[in-house]
Amino acid sequence: MGANVLVYIESRGGRALAGSVQLLTLAAQIAAGGRVEAVVVGPDAATIAANVAKRGAAAVHTVEGEPFAMYGALAYARAVEQAMKQAQASVLLLATSEQSRDFAPRVAARLNATMATDCTHVEIAGDALRVQRPMYARKCMVEIEMPGGVRVLSVRPNTFEAPGEGTPGSVSPLSVTLDAGDAKARTLESVRSGGQAMDVAEADVIVTGGQSLKTTENFKILQELADELDGAVGATRAAVDAGLQPYPKQVGLTGKTVTPRLYIACGVDGAVQHLAGMRGSKIVVAINTKKEAPIFGEATYGCVADLFTLVPLITQEVKKLHGASA
Amino acid sequence: MRVLVIARTVPDSRATIRVNASGGAIETTGVAMICDPFDELGVEQGVRLREGRPDVTEAVVMSAGPGPATPQDQALRAALAMGIDRGIYVHGDLVTPPARYDELLLARVLAAAIKAEEAKNGEFALILCGKAAIDTDAGELGPALGELLNRPSIGAATKIEIGADAKSLKATRRGDGVSEAIEASLPAVVSCEKGLAEPRFASLPNIMKAKKKPVEMVSAADLPGLAGIKATTKVVKLSPPAPRAPCKMLAGEPAQMASELVRLLRSEAKVI
Repeated sequence: MGANVLVYIESRGGRALAGSVQLLTLAAQIAAGGRVEAVVVGPDAATIAANVAKRGAAAVHTVEGEPFAMYGALAYARAVEQAMKQAQASVLLLATSEQSRDFAPRVAARLNATMATDCTHVEIAGDALRVQRPMYARKCMVEIEMPGGVRVLSVRPNTFEAPGEGTPGSVSPLSVTLDAGDAKARTLESVRSGGQAMDVAEADVIVTGGQSLKTTENFKILQELADELDGAVGATRAAVDAGLQPYPKQVGLTGKTVTPRLYIACGVDGAVQHLAGMRGSKIVVAINTKKEAPIFGEATYGCVADLFTLVPLITQEVKKLHGASA
Repeated sequence: MRVLVIARTVPDSRATIRVNASGGAIETTGVAMICDPFDELGVEQGVRLREGRPDVTEAVVMSAGPGPATPQDQALRAALAMGIDRGIYVHGDLVTPPARYDELLLARVLAAAIKAEEAKNGEFALILCGKAAIDTDAGELGPALGELLNRPSIGAATKIEIGADAKSLKATRRGDGVSEAIEASLPAVVSCEKGLAEPRFASLPNIMKAKKKPVEMVSAADLPGLAGIKATTKVVKLSPPAPRAPCKMLAGEPAQMASELVRLLRSEAKVI
Protein backbone atom coordinates (compact mmCIF):
# COMPACT_ATOMS: atom_id res chain seq x y z
CA MET A 1 0.00 0.00 0.00
CA GLY A 2 3.07 2.22 -0.06
CA ALA A 3 3.09 3.10 3.65
CA ASN A 4 6.12 3.44 5.90
CA VAL A 5 6.05 0.67 8.50
CA LEU A 6 7.81 0.56 11.86
CA VAL A 7 8.42 -2.76 13.63
CA TYR A 8 9.02 -2.72 17.39
CA ILE A 9 11.70 -5.32 18.10
CA GLU A 10 11.25 -6.54 21.66
CA SER A 11 14.41 -7.36 23.55
CA ARG A 12 14.23 -10.46 25.71
CA GLY A 13 17.31 -11.35 27.72
CA GLY A 14 19.69 -9.65 25.27
CA ARG A 15 18.11 -11.20 22.17
CA ALA A 16 15.36 -10.12 19.82
CA LEU A 17 12.05 -11.82 20.50
CA ALA A 18 11.49 -14.14 17.51
CA GLY A 19 7.84 -13.04 17.22
CA SER A 20 8.92 -9.47 16.57
CA VAL A 21 11.61 -10.32 13.99
CA GLN A 22 8.96 -12.36 12.10
CA LEU A 23 6.98 -9.13 11.66
CA LEU A 24 9.60 -7.78 9.24
CA THR A 25 8.03 -10.17 6.72
CA LEU A 26 4.59 -8.63 7.20
CA ALA A 27 6.11 -5.14 7.26
CA ALA A 28 7.60 -5.66 3.78
CA GLN A 29 4.19 -6.78 2.44
CA ILE A 30 2.39 -3.78 3.90
CA ALA A 31 5.10 -1.27 2.90
CA ALA A 32 5.09 -2.35 -0.78
CA GLY A 33 7.24 0.52 -1.96
CA GLY A 34 7.27 2.35 1.37
CA ARG A 35 10.07 1.98 3.88
CA VAL A 36 10.42 -0.69 6.55
CA GLU A 37 12.15 0.51 9.69
CA ALA A 38 12.58 -0.98 13.14
CA VAL A 39 13.18 0.28 16.64
CA VAL A 40 14.92 -1.50 19.51
CA VAL A 41 14.78 -0.08 23.02
CA GLY A 42 16.91 -1.05 26.01
CA PRO A 43 20.45 -1.84 27.10
CA ASP A 44 21.11 -4.44 24.37
CA ALA A 45 19.63 -2.35 21.57
CA ALA A 46 22.80 -1.91 19.51
CA THR A 47 23.70 -5.62 19.40
CA ILE A 48 20.16 -6.64 18.56
CA ALA A 49 19.82 -3.91 15.94
CA ALA A 50 22.89 -5.14 14.04
CA ASN A 51 21.18 -8.51 13.55
CA VAL A 52 17.77 -7.06 12.73
CA ALA A 53 19.25 -4.73 10.12
CA LYS A 54 20.16 -7.81 8.01
CA ARG A 55 16.53 -8.91 7.82
CA GLY A 56 14.88 -6.32 5.65
CA ALA A 57 14.80 -3.18 7.80
CA ALA A 58 16.15 -0.21 5.82
CA ALA A 59 16.91 1.58 9.08
CA VAL A 60 17.01 0.40 12.67
CA HIS A 61 16.71 2.97 15.45
CA THR A 62 18.26 2.18 18.79
CA VAL A 63 17.16 3.81 22.02
CA GLU A 64 19.50 3.36 24.97
CA GLY A 65 20.28 5.14 28.21
CA GLU A 66 19.25 5.16 31.82
CA PRO A 67 15.47 5.72 31.45
CA PHE A 68 15.29 2.68 29.15
CA ALA A 69 17.55 0.34 31.14
CA MET A 70 14.50 -1.51 32.46
CA TYR A 71 11.16 -1.77 30.73
CA GLY A 72 8.63 0.88 31.76
CA ALA A 73 5.38 1.70 29.94
CA LEU A 74 5.80 5.49 29.92
CA ALA A 75 9.40 5.66 28.68
CA TYR A 76 8.94 2.88 26.11
CA ALA A 77 5.72 4.42 24.77
CA ARG A 78 7.58 7.71 24.31
CA ALA A 79 10.51 6.00 22.54
CA VAL A 80 8.26 4.13 20.11
CA GLU A 81 6.08 7.18 19.46
CA GLN A 82 9.20 9.22 18.58
CA ALA A 83 10.52 6.42 16.36
CA MET A 84 7.15 6.46 14.53
CA LYS A 85 7.63 10.18 13.88
CA GLN A 86 11.28 9.75 12.86
CA ALA A 87 10.32 6.99 10.41
CA GLN A 88 7.24 8.94 9.25
CA ALA A 89 5.47 5.63 9.63
CA SER A 90 1.72 5.12 9.57
CA VAL A 91 1.76 1.46 10.63
CA LEU A 92 3.30 0.10 13.84
CA LEU A 93 3.75 -3.66 14.24
CA LEU A 94 4.51 -5.38 17.56
CA ALA A 95 4.55 -9.00 18.69
CA THR A 96 1.83 -9.84 21.22
CA SER A 97 3.43 -10.01 24.66
CA GLU A 98 2.79 -8.78 28.18
CA GLN A 99 5.12 -5.90 27.38
CA SER A 100 3.42 -4.78 24.17
CA ARG A 101 -0.01 -5.17 25.78
CA ASP A 102 1.20 -2.82 28.50
CA PHE A 103 2.50 0.08 26.39
CA ALA A 104 1.22 -0.20 22.79
CA PRO A 105 -2.32 1.05 23.61
CA ARG A 106 -0.74 4.22 25.02
CA VAL A 107 1.11 4.77 21.74
CA ALA A 108 -2.08 4.12 19.76
CA ALA A 109 -4.16 6.51 21.87
CA ARG A 110 -1.48 9.20 21.61
CA LEU A 111 -1.19 8.91 17.84
CA ASN A 112 -4.99 8.85 17.51
CA ALA A 113 -4.56 5.51 15.78
CA THR A 114 -6.78 2.49 15.31
CA MET A 115 -5.58 -0.62 17.04
CA ALA A 116 -5.98 -4.40 16.90
CA THR A 117 -4.36 -6.58 19.54
CA ASP A 118 -3.17 -10.16 19.07
CA CYS A 119 -3.94 -10.57 15.36
CA THR A 120 -3.64 -14.11 13.98
CA HIS A 121 -4.08 -13.16 10.32
CA VAL A 122 -3.33 -9.94 8.45
CA GLU A 123 -4.22 -9.20 4.87
CA ILE A 124 -3.83 -6.11 2.72
CA ALA A 125 -6.98 -4.86 0.97
CA GLY A 126 -6.07 -1.76 -1.02
CA ASP A 127 -5.28 0.97 1.50
CA ALA A 128 -6.98 -0.94 4.29
CA LEU A 129 -5.73 -3.75 6.48
CA ARG A 130 -7.98 -6.69 7.22
CA VAL A 131 -7.08 -8.52 10.37
CA GLN A 132 -8.45 -11.49 12.25
CA ARG A 133 -8.23 -11.86 15.98
CA PRO A 134 -9.73 -14.27 18.47
CA MET A 135 -12.44 -13.21 20.89
CA TYR A 136 -14.57 -14.93 23.52
CA ALA A 137 -11.74 -17.22 24.58
CA ARG A 138 -11.07 -18.28 20.96
CA LYS A 139 -14.65 -19.52 20.60
CA CYS A 140 -15.08 -16.89 17.92
CA MET A 141 -12.85 -15.12 15.40
CA VAL A 142 -13.54 -11.54 14.43
CA GLU A 143 -12.50 -10.03 11.13
CA ILE A 144 -11.82 -6.32 11.38
CA GLU A 145 -11.13 -3.77 8.69
CA MET A 146 -8.73 -1.00 9.60
CA PRO A 147 -9.01 1.80 7.03
CA GLY A 148 -6.26 4.38 6.37
CA GLY A 149 -4.67 6.59 8.99
CA VAL A 150 -2.26 5.49 11.69
CA ARG A 151 -2.63 1.83 12.64
CA VAL A 152 -1.15 -0.17 15.50
CA LEU A 153 -1.22 -3.96 15.23
CA SER A 154 0.06 -6.50 17.67
CA VAL A 155 0.47 -9.89 16.05
CA ARG A 156 0.57 -13.34 17.63
CA PRO A 157 4.09 -14.88 17.47
CA ASN A 158 4.56 -17.58 14.79
CA THR A 159 1.92 -16.05 12.50
CA PHE A 160 4.65 -15.16 9.98
CA GLU A 161 8.03 -16.69 9.13
CA ALA A 162 11.08 -14.54 9.78
CA PRO A 163 12.66 -13.13 6.58
CA GLY A 164 16.07 -14.39 5.46
CA GLU A 165 19.22 -12.33 5.66
CA GLY A 166 19.98 -9.74 2.99
CA THR A 167 21.81 -6.45 2.49
CA PRO A 168 22.03 -4.83 5.91
CA GLY A 169 20.16 -1.59 6.55
CA SER A 170 21.54 1.27 8.61
CA VAL A 171 21.67 1.29 12.42
CA SER A 172 21.59 4.60 14.26
CA PRO A 173 20.82 5.81 17.76
CA LEU A 174 17.63 7.79 18.24
CA SER A 175 17.70 10.45 20.91
CA VAL A 176 14.42 10.39 22.80
CA THR A 177 13.25 13.29 24.94
CA LEU A 178 11.04 12.36 27.86
CA ASP A 179 8.58 14.89 29.21
CA ALA A 180 7.55 15.53 32.83
CA GLY A 181 4.57 13.17 32.52
CA ASP A 182 6.88 10.30 31.59
CA ALA A 183 8.48 10.52 35.04
CA LYS A 184 5.19 9.73 36.81
CA ALA A 185 6.10 6.05 36.99
CA ARG A 186 9.36 4.16 37.11
CA THR A 187 10.39 0.54 37.26
CA LEU A 188 12.33 -0.21 40.43
CA GLU A 189 13.34 -3.77 39.61
CA SER A 190 12.66 -6.63 37.25
CA VAL A 191 13.04 -10.14 38.62
CA ARG A 192 12.98 -13.34 36.61
CA SER A 193 9.98 -15.35 37.90
CA GLY A 194 9.58 -19.11 38.07
CA GLY A 195 13.28 -19.87 38.42
CA GLN A 196 15.48 -20.61 35.42
CA ALA A 197 12.75 -22.45 33.52
CA MET A 198 11.54 -21.05 30.21
CA ASP A 199 8.32 -19.02 30.17
CA VAL A 200 5.43 -20.98 28.64
CA ALA A 201 4.29 -18.00 26.57
CA GLU A 202 7.71 -17.89 24.86
CA ALA A 203 8.18 -21.61 24.39
CA ASP A 204 7.97 -23.25 20.99
CA VAL A 205 7.23 -26.62 22.55
CA ILE A 206 5.09 -27.06 25.66
CA VAL A 207 4.56 -30.23 27.67
CA THR A 208 1.55 -29.71 29.93
CA GLY A 209 0.37 -31.73 32.90
CA GLY A 210 -2.87 -31.75 34.82
CA GLN A 211 -3.94 -32.62 38.32
CA SER A 212 -3.58 -36.30 37.47
CA LEU A 213 0.19 -35.85 37.89
CA LYS A 214 -0.65 -35.74 41.63
CA THR A 215 2.73 -34.45 42.88
CA THR A 216 5.24 -31.78 41.93
CA GLU A 217 7.86 -34.53 41.80
CA ASN A 218 5.91 -36.32 39.04
CA PHE A 219 6.17 -33.23 36.83
CA LYS A 220 9.86 -34.16 36.42
CA ILE A 221 9.02 -36.69 33.71
CA LEU A 222 7.35 -33.86 31.75
CA GLN A 223 10.34 -31.61 32.38
CA GLU A 224 12.69 -34.26 30.97
CA LEU A 225 10.68 -34.45 27.75
CA ALA A 226 10.43 -30.65 27.59
CA ASP A 227 14.20 -30.32 28.08
CA GLU A 228 14.85 -32.80 25.28
CA LEU A 229 12.61 -30.75 22.95
CA ASP A 230 13.96 -27.34 24.12
CA GLY A 231 10.54 -26.57 25.49
CA ALA A 232 8.77 -25.59 28.67
CA VAL A 233 6.45 -27.31 31.11
CA GLY A 234 2.89 -26.01 31.37
CA ALA A 235 0.11 -26.81 33.80
CA THR A 236 -3.67 -26.75 33.96
CA ARG A 237 -5.53 -24.52 36.39
CA ALA A 238 -6.40 -27.54 38.55
CA ALA A 239 -2.71 -28.46 38.84
CA VAL A 240 -1.82 -24.86 39.75
CA ASP A 241 -4.68 -24.55 42.25
CA ALA A 242 -3.51 -27.84 43.83
CA GLY A 243 -0.09 -26.26 44.28
CA LEU A 244 1.72 -28.66 41.93
CA GLN A 245 3.07 -25.88 39.70
CA PRO A 246 3.41 -22.08 40.00
CA TYR A 247 0.85 -19.77 38.37
CA PRO A 248 3.14 -18.45 35.59
CA LYS A 249 3.04 -21.96 34.08
CA GLN A 250 -0.75 -22.00 33.89
CA VAL A 251 -2.19 -22.37 30.40
CA GLY A 252 -5.83 -21.41 29.90
CA LEU A 253 -8.41 -18.68 30.13
CA THR A 254 -7.14 -17.31 33.44
CA GLY A 255 -3.52 -18.22 32.69
CA LYS A 256 -1.43 -17.83 29.55
CA THR A 257 -2.67 -18.16 25.99
CA VAL A 258 -0.03 -20.09 24.10
CA THR A 259 0.61 -20.82 20.43
CA PRO A 260 3.55 -23.18 20.28
CA ARG A 261 4.62 -25.30 17.35
CA LEU A 262 4.01 -28.41 19.45
CA TYR A 263 1.75 -28.85 22.49
CA ILE A 264 1.85 -32.14 24.36
CA ALA A 265 -1.03 -32.51 26.84
CA CYS A 266 -0.34 -35.22 29.40
CA GLY A 267 -3.21 -36.37 31.56
CA VAL A 268 -5.13 -33.22 30.66
CA ASP A 269 -8.85 -33.79 30.13
CA GLY A 270 -9.40 -30.51 28.30
CA ALA A 271 -11.77 -28.21 30.22
CA VAL A 272 -13.19 -25.45 28.02
CA GLN A 273 -11.09 -22.86 29.88
CA HIS A 274 -7.92 -24.85 29.25
CA LEU A 275 -8.70 -25.39 25.56
CA ALA A 276 -9.18 -21.62 25.25
CA GLY A 277 -5.53 -21.14 26.15
CA MET A 278 -3.95 -23.71 23.85
CA ARG A 279 -6.26 -23.91 20.84
CA GLY A 280 -3.83 -21.87 18.73
CA SER A 281 -1.08 -24.51 18.98
CA LYS A 282 0.05 -25.84 15.61
CA ILE A 283 0.34 -29.53 16.48
CA VAL A 284 -1.33 -30.99 19.56
CA VAL A 285 -0.55 -34.38 21.08
CA ALA A 286 -3.00 -35.71 23.67
CA ILE A 287 -2.08 -38.47 26.11
CA ASN A 288 -4.91 -39.59 28.33
CA THR A 289 -6.26 -42.87 29.70
CA LYS A 290 -9.86 -41.76 28.99
CA LYS A 291 -10.57 -42.03 25.28
CA GLU A 292 -13.64 -39.78 25.61
CA ALA A 293 -11.61 -36.86 27.11
CA PRO A 294 -12.44 -33.57 25.28
CA ILE A 295 -8.73 -32.91 24.69
CA PHE A 296 -8.77 -35.49 21.87
CA GLY A 297 -11.19 -33.20 20.02
CA GLU A 298 -8.41 -30.59 19.81
CA ALA A 299 -5.56 -33.00 19.17
CA THR A 300 -3.65 -33.83 16.00
CA TYR A 301 -2.34 -37.10 17.46
CA GLY A 302 -3.95 -39.02 20.29
CA CYS A 303 -2.62 -41.76 22.56
CA VAL A 304 -4.99 -43.55 24.90
CA ALA A 305 -2.32 -44.53 27.40
CA ASP A 306 -0.98 -43.99 30.87
CA LEU A 307 1.26 -40.95 30.80
CA PHE A 308 3.58 -42.34 33.49
CA THR A 309 4.49 -45.19 31.11
CA LEU A 310 4.30 -43.38 27.79
CA VAL A 311 6.01 -40.04 28.45
CA PRO A 312 9.40 -41.54 29.48
CA LEU A 313 9.26 -43.77 26.37
CA ILE A 314 8.68 -40.72 24.16
CA THR A 315 11.60 -38.95 25.85
CA GLN A 316 13.79 -41.98 25.07
CA GLU A 317 12.68 -41.99 21.41
CA VAL A 318 13.44 -38.27 21.06
CA LYS A 319 16.84 -38.85 22.64
CA LYS A 320 17.53 -41.61 20.11
CA LEU A 321 16.54 -39.26 17.30
CA HIS A 322 18.80 -36.50 18.59
CA GLY A 323 21.61 -39.01 19.08
CA ALA A 324 21.24 -40.13 15.46
CA SER A 325 21.23 -36.61 14.01
CA ALA A 326 24.05 -35.29 16.23
CA MET B 1 -9.31 10.00 47.93
CA ARG B 2 -11.83 8.46 45.52
CA VAL B 3 -11.49 5.14 43.69
CA LEU B 4 -13.12 4.13 40.39
CA VAL B 5 -13.49 0.56 39.23
CA ILE B 6 -14.45 -0.34 35.68
CA ALA B 7 -16.63 -3.46 35.46
CA ARG B 8 -17.79 -4.93 32.17
CA THR B 9 -20.64 -7.38 31.64
CA VAL B 10 -19.47 -10.34 29.55
CA PRO B 11 -20.78 -13.81 28.63
CA ASP B 12 -19.96 -16.50 31.19
CA SER B 13 -16.70 -18.23 30.22
CA ARG B 14 -18.58 -21.56 30.06
CA ALA B 15 -21.25 -20.21 27.68
CA THR B 16 -21.58 -21.47 24.13
CA ILE B 17 -20.82 -18.60 21.77
CA ARG B 18 -22.88 -18.31 18.57
CA VAL B 19 -22.63 -15.61 15.95
CA ASN B 20 -25.94 -13.76 15.42
CA ALA B 21 -27.83 -13.58 12.12
CA SER B 22 -26.17 -10.32 11.02
CA GLY B 23 -22.71 -11.83 11.58
CA GLY B 24 -21.67 -8.63 13.35
CA ALA B 25 -22.05 -9.67 16.98
CA ILE B 26 -22.77 -12.70 19.11
CA GLU B 27 -26.17 -14.07 20.04
CA THR B 28 -26.89 -12.96 23.62
CA THR B 29 -30.35 -14.45 24.08
CA GLY B 30 -30.11 -17.28 26.59
CA VAL B 31 -26.42 -16.59 27.29
CA ALA B 32 -25.59 -16.17 30.99
CA MET B 33 -23.83 -12.85 31.60
CA ILE B 34 -21.37 -12.17 34.42
CA CYS B 35 -19.06 -9.46 35.68
CA ASP B 36 -15.75 -9.89 33.88
CA PRO B 37 -13.49 -11.99 36.17
CA PHE B 38 -10.47 -9.70 35.66
CA ASP B 39 -12.56 -6.56 36.28
CA GLU B 40 -13.84 -8.30 39.41
CA LEU B 41 -10.27 -8.31 40.78
CA GLY B 42 -10.31 -4.52 40.53
CA VAL B 43 -13.72 -4.38 42.20
CA GLU B 44 -12.39 -6.44 45.12
CA GLN B 45 -9.30 -4.24 45.39
CA GLY B 46 -11.52 -1.13 45.31
CA VAL B 47 -13.78 -2.48 48.07
CA ARG B 48 -10.77 -3.40 50.21
CA LEU B 49 -9.39 0.13 49.91
CA ARG B 50 -12.80 1.62 50.75
CA GLU B 51 -13.14 -0.62 53.80
CA GLY B 52 -9.53 -0.47 54.92
CA ARG B 53 -8.61 3.18 54.57
CA PRO B 54 -10.52 6.02 56.22
CA ASP B 55 -9.15 8.45 53.63
CA VAL B 56 -10.93 6.59 50.81
CA THR B 57 -14.18 8.51 50.82
CA GLU B 58 -15.93 6.87 47.91
CA ALA B 59 -15.66 3.89 45.57
CA VAL B 60 -17.58 4.17 42.32
CA VAL B 61 -18.18 1.54 39.63
CA MET B 62 -18.54 2.38 35.94
CA SER B 63 -20.07 -0.05 33.49
CA ALA B 64 -21.08 0.36 29.87
CA GLY B 65 -23.51 -1.29 27.50
CA PRO B 66 -26.86 -1.05 25.76
CA GLY B 67 -29.48 0.97 27.45
CA PRO B 68 -30.65 3.09 28.95
CA ALA B 69 -32.95 0.89 30.99
CA THR B 70 -30.75 -2.00 32.04
CA PRO B 71 -31.03 -2.28 35.80
CA GLN B 72 -29.93 -5.87 35.27
CA ASP B 73 -26.39 -5.00 34.18
CA GLN B 74 -24.58 -7.84 35.95
CA ALA B 75 -21.23 -6.13 36.37
CA LEU B 76 -22.84 -3.14 38.06
CA ARG B 77 -24.97 -5.35 40.30
CA ALA B 78 -22.02 -7.55 41.27
CA ALA B 79 -19.78 -4.59 42.10
CA LEU B 80 -22.45 -2.86 44.21
CA ALA B 81 -23.20 -6.12 46.04
CA MET B 82 -19.48 -6.58 46.78
CA GLY B 83 -19.39 -3.19 48.49
CA ILE B 84 -18.91 -0.41 45.92
CA ASP B 85 -20.89 2.72 46.93
CA ARG B 86 -22.60 3.74 43.70
CA GLY B 87 -22.65 3.16 39.98
CA ILE B 88 -22.40 5.02 36.69
CA TYR B 89 -23.84 3.27 33.64
CA VAL B 90 -22.67 4.59 30.28
CA HIS B 91 -25.01 3.48 27.54
CA GLY B 92 -25.53 3.70 23.81
CA ASP B 93 -24.49 2.23 20.49
CA LEU B 94 -20.95 3.56 21.00
CA VAL B 95 -20.38 1.06 23.82
CA THR B 96 -22.44 -1.84 22.48
CA PRO B 97 -21.18 -4.45 19.96
CA PRO B 98 -20.07 -4.12 17.22
CA ALA B 99 -18.68 -0.67 18.24
CA ARG B 100 -17.78 -2.19 21.63
CA TYR B 101 -15.26 -4.48 19.89
CA ASP B 102 -13.16 -1.36 19.19
CA GLU B 103 -11.58 -1.08 22.61
CA LEU B 104 -9.78 2.20 21.91
CA LEU B 105 -13.22 3.66 21.20
CA LEU B 106 -14.46 2.28 24.54
CA ALA B 107 -11.45 3.90 26.22
CA ARG B 108 -12.25 7.27 24.57
CA VAL B 109 -15.89 7.10 25.68
CA LEU B 110 -15.06 6.05 29.24
CA ALA B 111 -12.32 8.69 29.47
CA ALA B 112 -14.93 11.32 28.56
CA ALA B 113 -17.35 9.92 31.15
CA ILE B 114 -14.60 9.92 33.81
CA LYS B 115 -13.68 13.53 33.00
CA ALA B 116 -17.34 14.55 33.30
CA GLU B 117 -17.66 12.78 36.67
CA GLU B 118 -14.39 14.24 37.97
CA ALA B 119 -15.48 17.75 36.96
CA LYS B 120 -18.52 17.34 39.24
CA ASN B 121 -17.15 15.40 42.19
CA GLY B 122 -13.36 15.55 42.11
CA GLU B 123 -10.49 13.42 40.84
CA PHE B 124 -10.22 9.65 41.19
CA ALA B 125 -6.84 8.88 42.76
CA LEU B 126 -7.01 5.35 41.42
CA ILE B 127 -8.81 3.78 38.48
CA LEU B 128 -8.91 -0.03 38.38
CA CYS B 129 -9.92 -2.38 35.56
CA GLY B 130 -9.16 -5.93 34.47
CA LYS B 131 -5.98 -6.62 32.46
CA ALA B 132 -8.34 -7.65 29.65
CA ALA B 133 -12.03 -8.47 29.41
CA ILE B 134 -12.66 -12.14 28.62
CA ASP B 135 -14.97 -11.29 25.70
CA THR B 136 -12.68 -9.14 23.54
CA ASP B 137 -9.37 -10.11 25.17
CA ALA B 138 -7.88 -6.87 23.87
CA GLY B 139 -6.54 -5.44 27.14
CA GLU B 140 -6.25 -1.99 25.58
CA LEU B 141 -8.56 -0.24 28.04
CA GLY B 142 -6.26 0.35 31.06
CA PRO B 143 -3.18 1.71 29.24
CA ALA B 144 -5.36 3.72 26.82
CA LEU B 145 -7.26 5.31 29.74
CA GLY B 146 -3.92 6.18 31.31
CA GLU B 147 -2.84 7.92 28.11
CA LEU B 148 -6.15 9.72 27.49
CA LEU B 149 -6.33 10.96 31.09
CA ASN B 150 -2.60 11.76 31.14
CA ARG B 151 -1.88 9.40 34.04
CA PRO B 152 0.59 6.57 34.50
CA SER B 153 -0.77 3.10 33.75
CA ILE B 154 0.35 -0.20 35.20
CA GLY B 155 -0.72 -3.34 33.35
CA ALA B 156 -1.21 -6.86 34.77
CA ALA B 157 -0.73 -5.83 38.40
CA THR B 158 -0.57 -8.65 40.94
CA LYS B 159 -0.07 -6.40 43.96
CA ILE B 160 -0.71 -2.74 44.74
CA GLU B 161 0.04 -0.70 47.80
CA ILE B 162 -1.09 2.90 48.15
CA GLY B 163 1.36 5.09 50.08
CA ALA B 164 0.26 6.40 53.48
CA ASP B 165 0.28 9.96 52.10
CA ALA B 166 -2.08 8.87 49.27
CA LYS B 167 0.24 10.47 46.72
CA SER B 168 1.90 7.42 45.22
CA LEU B 169 1.58 3.67 44.80
CA LYS B 170 3.90 0.72 44.55
CA ALA B 171 2.84 -2.16 42.35
CA THR B 172 4.11 -5.50 41.17
CA ARG B 173 3.22 -6.45 37.62
CA ARG B 174 3.58 -9.71 35.75
CA GLY B 175 5.73 -9.23 32.68
CA ASP B 176 6.97 -11.85 30.22
CA GLY B 177 8.64 -14.34 32.55
CA VAL B 178 9.54 -11.50 34.89
CA SER B 179 7.99 -9.76 37.81
CA GLU B 180 8.40 -5.97 37.78
CA ALA B 181 8.23 -3.60 40.74
CA ILE B 182 6.90 -0.17 39.79
CA GLU B 183 6.45 3.08 41.64
CA ALA B 184 3.94 5.60 40.29
CA SER B 185 2.44 8.86 41.39
CA LEU B 186 -1.31 9.18 41.88
CA PRO B 187 -3.66 9.57 40.13
CA ALA B 188 -2.96 6.35 38.22
CA VAL B 189 -4.68 3.59 36.25
CA VAL B 190 -4.03 -0.03 37.18
CA SER B 191 -5.10 -3.12 35.16
CA CYS B 192 -5.55 -6.12 37.42
CA GLU B 193 -4.08 -9.60 36.96
CA LYS B 194 -5.05 -12.80 38.75
CA GLY B 195 -3.45 -12.96 42.17
CA LEU B 196 -4.19 -9.33 43.05
CA ALA B 197 -7.15 -9.91 45.39
CA GLU B 198 -9.43 -12.94 45.51
CA PRO B 199 -12.94 -11.57 44.85
CA ARG B 200 -15.42 -12.16 47.67
CA PHE B 201 -18.85 -13.72 47.31
CA ALA B 202 -21.55 -11.17 47.97
CA SER B 203 -23.85 -12.09 50.84
CA LEU B 204 -27.62 -12.14 50.31
CA PRO B 205 -28.22 -9.06 52.52
CA ASN B 206 -25.57 -7.18 50.53
CA ILE B 207 -27.15 -8.25 47.24
CA MET B 208 -30.48 -6.85 48.52
CA LYS B 209 -28.82 -3.63 49.74
CA ALA B 210 -27.10 -3.20 46.36
CA LYS B 211 -30.48 -2.83 44.68
CA LYS B 212 -31.03 0.42 46.59
CA LYS B 213 -27.64 1.93 45.73
CA PRO B 214 -27.78 4.84 43.28
CA VAL B 215 -26.90 4.27 39.63
CA GLU B 216 -26.43 7.27 37.38
CA MET B 217 -27.36 6.82 33.71
CA VAL B 218 -25.08 8.55 31.21
CA SER B 219 -25.75 8.60 27.48
CA ALA B 220 -22.43 8.06 25.67
CA ALA B 221 -23.44 10.21 22.71
CA ASP B 222 -24.14 13.19 25.01
CA LEU B 223 -20.74 13.21 26.70
CA PRO B 224 -18.70 16.37 26.12
CA GLY B 225 -15.97 16.07 23.53
CA LEU B 226 -17.44 13.02 21.82
CA ALA B 227 -19.45 14.78 19.10
CA GLY B 228 -19.09 12.86 15.85
CA ILE B 229 -16.96 10.09 17.36
CA LYS B 230 -17.42 6.64 15.91
CA ALA B 231 -15.60 3.35 15.67
CA THR B 232 -12.51 3.70 13.50
CA THR B 233 -12.30 -0.01 12.86
CA LYS B 234 -15.07 -1.86 11.07
CA VAL B 235 -16.22 -5.31 12.11
CA VAL B 236 -16.48 -7.26 8.86
CA LYS B 237 -17.75 -10.45 10.40
CA LEU B 238 -17.55 -12.86 13.30
CA SER B 239 -17.08 -16.53 12.62
CA PRO B 240 -16.49 -19.72 14.55
CA PRO B 241 -12.84 -20.84 14.54
CA ALA B 242 -11.83 -23.22 11.74
CA PRO B 243 -12.35 -26.80 12.88
CA ARG B 244 -9.33 -29.02 13.38
CA ALA B 245 -8.81 -32.13 11.29
CA PRO B 246 -9.93 -35.23 13.19
CA CYS B 247 -7.44 -36.58 15.72
CA LYS B 248 -5.23 -39.42 14.51
CA MET B 249 -5.36 -42.08 17.23
CA LEU B 250 -2.23 -44.18 17.66
CA ALA B 251 -2.57 -47.87 18.46
CA GLY B 252 -0.37 -50.57 19.93
CA GLU B 253 1.74 -51.08 23.02
CA PRO B 254 3.20 -47.96 24.72
CA ALA B 255 6.64 -48.58 23.20
CA GLN B 256 5.16 -48.79 19.68
CA MET B 257 3.03 -45.71 20.32
CA ALA B 258 6.07 -43.74 21.45
CA SER B 259 8.17 -44.59 18.39
CA GLU B 260 5.25 -44.05 16.00
CA LEU B 261 4.45 -40.68 17.61
CA VAL B 262 8.04 -39.45 17.35
CA ARG B 263 8.19 -40.63 13.72
CA LEU B 264 4.97 -38.73 12.89
CA LEU B 265 6.12 -35.57 14.67
CA ARG B 266 9.39 -35.77 12.73
CA SER B 267 8.32 -36.73 9.22
CA GLU B 268 4.61 -35.87 8.94
CA ALA B 269 4.10 -32.83 11.20
CA LYS B 270 7.76 -31.75 10.88
CA VAL B 271 7.79 -30.11 14.29
CA ILE B 272 10.74 -31.87 15.94
